[in-house]
Amino acid sequence: MTLFFEELRERFQEQIRSVDELVPDQVTVLLNGPDATGIARHFLAEYQARLVTVFAEDRVKEEGVFYNYYVFDRRDDAAWVILKAPIPADHPSFPSLAAELPAVNWQEREIQDWFGLEAAGHPNPRRVALHDNWPDVHPLRKDFPLDTVLPPFEGERHVYRPAHGEGVFHIPVGPVHAGIIEPGHFDFAVAGEPILYLQLRMFYTHKGTEKLFENLPIHRAVFLAESISGDSAFSHGTAFCEAVERAAGIAVPARAQWMRAILLELERIENHIADVGAIANDVGFVIANAHAGRVREMVLGLNEMLTGSRVLRGMVAIGGVRRDWQRTQVEAIESTLAVVEREFRDLVVILQASNSTRHRLERTGILRPEKASKLGIVGVAGRASGVDLDIRRDHPYEAYRHLSFNVPVYQAGDVRHRMKVRIDEVAESIQIIRAAVTRLPEGPHRAPAQPIPPGRCALSAVEGWRGEIVHWVRTGEGNCLERCKVKDPSINNWPAIVEAVEGNIVADFPVINKSFNLSYSGTDR
Amino acid sequence: MFKILQKSFRVGTATADYPRLAPRVAEQFRGCPEFDFAAWSDARPAAEACPTGAIAIRDRDGARQVTVDYGRCIFCGECEAASTDGAVKMSRQFELAATARRDLVLTADYTLRPDGSHAGLKSATSGPAVEEPGMRIAEAIEDLLGRSLSIRQVDAGSCNGCEQEIVALNNPVHDIERFGIHFVASPRHADMLLVTGPVTRNMELALRKTWAATPEPKIVAAVGACGISGGIFGANYASLGGVDAVIPVDVYIPGCPPRPEALLHGILLALGQVRQRAGSPDSGRISSRAGKL
Repeated sequence: MTLFFEELRERFQEQIRSVDELVPDQVTVLLNGPDATGIARHFLAEYQARLVTVFAEDRVKEEGVFYNYYVFDRRDDAAWVILKAPIPADHPSFPSLAAELPAVNWQEREIQDWFGLEAAGHPNPRRVALHDNWPDVHPLRKDFPLDTVLPPFEGERHVYRPAHGEGVFHIPVGPVHAGIIEPGHFDFAVAGEPILYLQLRMFYTHKGTEKLFENLPIHRAVFLAESISGDSAFSHGTAFCEAVERAAGIAVPARAQWMRAILLELERIENHIADVGAIANDVGFVIANAHAGRVREMVLGLNEMLTGSRVLRGMVAIGGVRRDWQRTQVEAIESTLAVVEREFRDLVVILQASNSTRHRLERTGILRPEKASKLGIVGVAGRASGVDLDIRRDHPYEAYRHLSFNVPVYQAGDVRHRMKVRIDEVAESIQIIRAAVTRLPEGPHRAPAQPIPPGRCALSAVEGWRGEIVHWVRTGEGNCLERCKVKDPSINNWPAIVEAVEGNIVADFPVINKSFNLSYSGTDR
Repeated sequence: MFKILQKSFRVGTATADYPRLAPRVAEQFRGCPEFDFAAWSDARPAAEACPTGAIAIRDRDGARQVTVDYGRCIFCGECEAASTDGAVKMSRQFELAATARRDLVLTADYTLRPDGSHAGLKSATSGPAVEEPGMRIAEAIEDLLGRSLSIRQVDAGSCNGCEQEIVALNNPVHDIERFGIHFVASPRHADMLLVTGPVTRNMELALRKTWAATPEPKIVAAVGACGISGGIFGANYASLGGVDAVIPVDVYIPGCPPRPEALLHGILLALGQVRQRAGSPDSGRISSRAGKL
């Protein structure tokens, strides 16, 4: 154990019960009580650590307590530090960090709603994951059956905070929107054209995903992971499989690791191209979107050839991938990418030649770097606002250990730079895939099936195209899971939209929203 | 401007002429599984492997009934991998849309053996009416779409996978507007609701209101395994388990997600249904749309 943990033990010896590293690069610090705030503050201040996610687990039947888990990422250290704080069942309350760390605002309230543990001192402790008109239930408690039929809606609807002043009014939008997008409610307080304040209401697509993980055998749960956020099916599927593989100590064959990396990058390319087109479309540059749609179809066709599915479903599996590739398929990667690269470059030239597009994207929806790091923004949105973070580089997994690539980071934080990050990353991903194809080893594509031992915990993190995806699992008896926590990058990034739209005109909201392109389903689960 | 025009000329026509021509589908594409019920010696491994419960077994009084529900199927191929007797084969078939929910369910009755396997196929329903890609539909298009159709898409809790493919309907390759079909911003402008997702508890009211806001006559398409049956989410504390649990559905479009051609097939099938109903004496609530289409 490193110096870091020796210091930690010395300084907080009253609070720390044990320090374990059961899975390589994942250090669990078990505390004596529910208060993790002191150590968390110490991490944040002394080590420039980042709180990745906070989540809870019901262990009342087995150990008489709930646990809260706080996952930290320390700069320049590949090991994750996980604080594990027991919360007594007879006093279900823990001190909130949200006032000083707005990044955990929604996640602490999720814990309140789903587990009935009070986030004491939370500045806005209202419901978030279960809407106001739900009865008093806590679905992720073990004594709550998945198939509970709840009574029809009753009672109060959500009350938005009012905005006052001469000429100030509210524009309510959603959950059914004008475009083909997911449901959420936006309440704009506006003074004429400019937006004063945006309030969000999410979790319209909450469909019991984390509870369902506890009720499915693991081999079926892989498909559930693919349905957390359909645009990131392969990334979420891979994050889930890696968490189980690490927990169970399953070694993924080298060939499968490289195949996964290729498919992760194809998912990134496909979505980035679609977003570049959609951003152009939202400022009226329709032809650019048409080209983007056409180029994206080429990638989807390649996806289908490699996995049988245009959106990469049904490919990733515990221990590797479900189907191997013939030589012709691997050759198709190279030939398709050559065309995609050329066509995408042409699209970028067309985009850059349009001054009016540039004018509409520049200085629109600015998220300043200091805000971005304070709010814990990740992924594309973070990198456009100075947050130099990429799991592939900082916590390399699988084939990424052997690959080198550039991580584009900009400081401007406007819509144009969120687009620019995507454009740069398409080029990087194409290079990564080319390198991976040359180095793709022979051998098995999947480890032999083996029973998953119960009672093992592990975390995994994957850099999906949108940003950092984290899964945490505890395995159970009979090839099932006791718990699966899912953290999509979207849950980190919604506060960034609230910040970025302030002072912009309502008419620019669609393009600002699109430049973040967050997953409602990934948020709501 | 010159660059834009130059590029457009170079690219030429990007649009695939589906359904007039067969869709461009990769050899590796997984459509629905097909079942040789007579040769199927044991359905249990496939049922166990199926992630969504699309293959179900019911044993009673020495008899076994196996049902296969394409409305739950996510085309993953696990049933084929689990069945060692070669009776289950993944096909490249995806044009599965049906106007009645029961048309998506196959049933086979067997005699149950003491060891748990089965023998002696007693009866089986045939699969969904599968057509040569698009042929019949292609003939009907001219007739049906003299004018236009407006669609309002509603995400009632989907994972956004279906939305990916619905968005693709608007790209130049699939170009749904060539049929006069377009997506509109409000249910008040819509002839059809294209609904995805298992319908979450939190979206139920919004879906009901959207349906109520859509003028009569209206068509509802339930999209994807989730829209049809709840898919892998099924019905649970937060999910109602399919669109027809909340509003009446006219056409079911299987897939996870349905590829753009499958969506197009389903939408056109729904239009054919409208024509049929309009022409029949008891055509009900849809009849008045004959004038519009």
